[in-house]
Amino acid sequence: MAAGAPREALPGGVCRELIGAPHPVLTAKALPVDPTDPQVVAAAADLLATMRRSRCTGLAAPQIGLGWRLFSVDAGRHPATRSCAGEFVVANPRLVSASHWETAREGCLSVPGLTGGVPRATRITIQGEHPGSGAPLTVHADAFEARCIQHQLDHLDGVLFLDRVTGTRAVYRVAQKAVRQVT
Amino acid sequence: MSWSAVTVLGADRPGVIAEVTSAITRSGANIEDSAMTLLGGHVAMMLLVSGEVPPASAFPGLTVTATEVTPRRSAGDTAGLGYVLTVHGPDRPGIVSEISGALAGASGVVTGMTTHLCGRLYVLIADVRLPEKVDVAALMRHLSAVGAGLGCEITFRPAEAEVL
Repeated sequence: MAAGAPREALPGGVCRELIGAPHPVLTAKALPVDPTDPQVVAAAADLLATMRRSRCTGLAAPQIGLGWRLFSVDAGRHPATRSCAGEFVVANPRLVSASHWETAREGCLSVPGLTGGVPRATRITIQGEHPGSGAPLTVHADAFEARCIQHQLDHLDGVLFLDRVTGTRAVYRVAQKAVRQVT
Repeated sequence: MSWSAVTVLGADRPGVIAEVTSAITRSGANIEDSAMTLLGGHVAMMLLVSGEVPPASAFPGLTVTATEVTPRRSAGDTAGLGYVLTVHGPDRPGIVSEISGALAGASGVVTGMTTHLCGRLYVLIADVRLPEKVDVAALMRHLSAVGAGLGCEITFRPAEAEVL
């Protein structure tokens, strides 16, 4: 559930090419952004457009080639979602609380063909800023939405889900169409 | 009773595991431990079998070897601390040998390893046990240096058992 200033409409974005591993932008720490910078606002719109086209539940700026601390999430269509903040983009997000850990499988558009069992908190709170106004944004998330948000936060730190799998038997090959993507 | 390490290799198809295990059971032998995976469309099984292993003719269409062994406790079974290693980066020769060499240099025992090649991305996941007196920070620095030389990202973290 999102709290803070009312969500602002972003300009229409364009669908960008997805970056797949191995690529340096996916393993580098992304840089903070000025959420009011028009280039950042345009990137936020592009993230939404690319996320919608890819039919995934989240997308981080490094996945479209930008080393910026910016990601989009829309967990509303996923069957494991409980509460849901809807579609949103957040700049400079940071995790402020996390609890109730569970391990579940997740995949990534940037790592096609593999999924892995990853422990994540199922109740989290993040804080960040709205792209555009720069107003504060707080999101309380649980269940799948919390997993998705933590996956995106990892992307901003150059971490892939592969870096968090629980062991050799926690990585699975999958037909690429069968992957339920977290991003 | 004799023990044998049995390897089975053949084209993957439905029922192949049932055929292998049925043949072993019919011969009166027992499967004490096993591992199975798919490698390039082939099924690969490794079995620790007690008792008389059936002849190769009992496994039509499969390549089977049996080697008599004496069961023993592995150095990685219980001693030390468990860690999980992830390596990912562009595929290139030498990743497994360099990483496993770095672990061996710290007396680490690899108790499990899987690798995956997905397009250009090479992924290695290993379960590792380290002696309790190993300088883990120094090993992590060494692994990072090895990974940088290979153009790979490396994470090395404690294995967290969820004992319920």
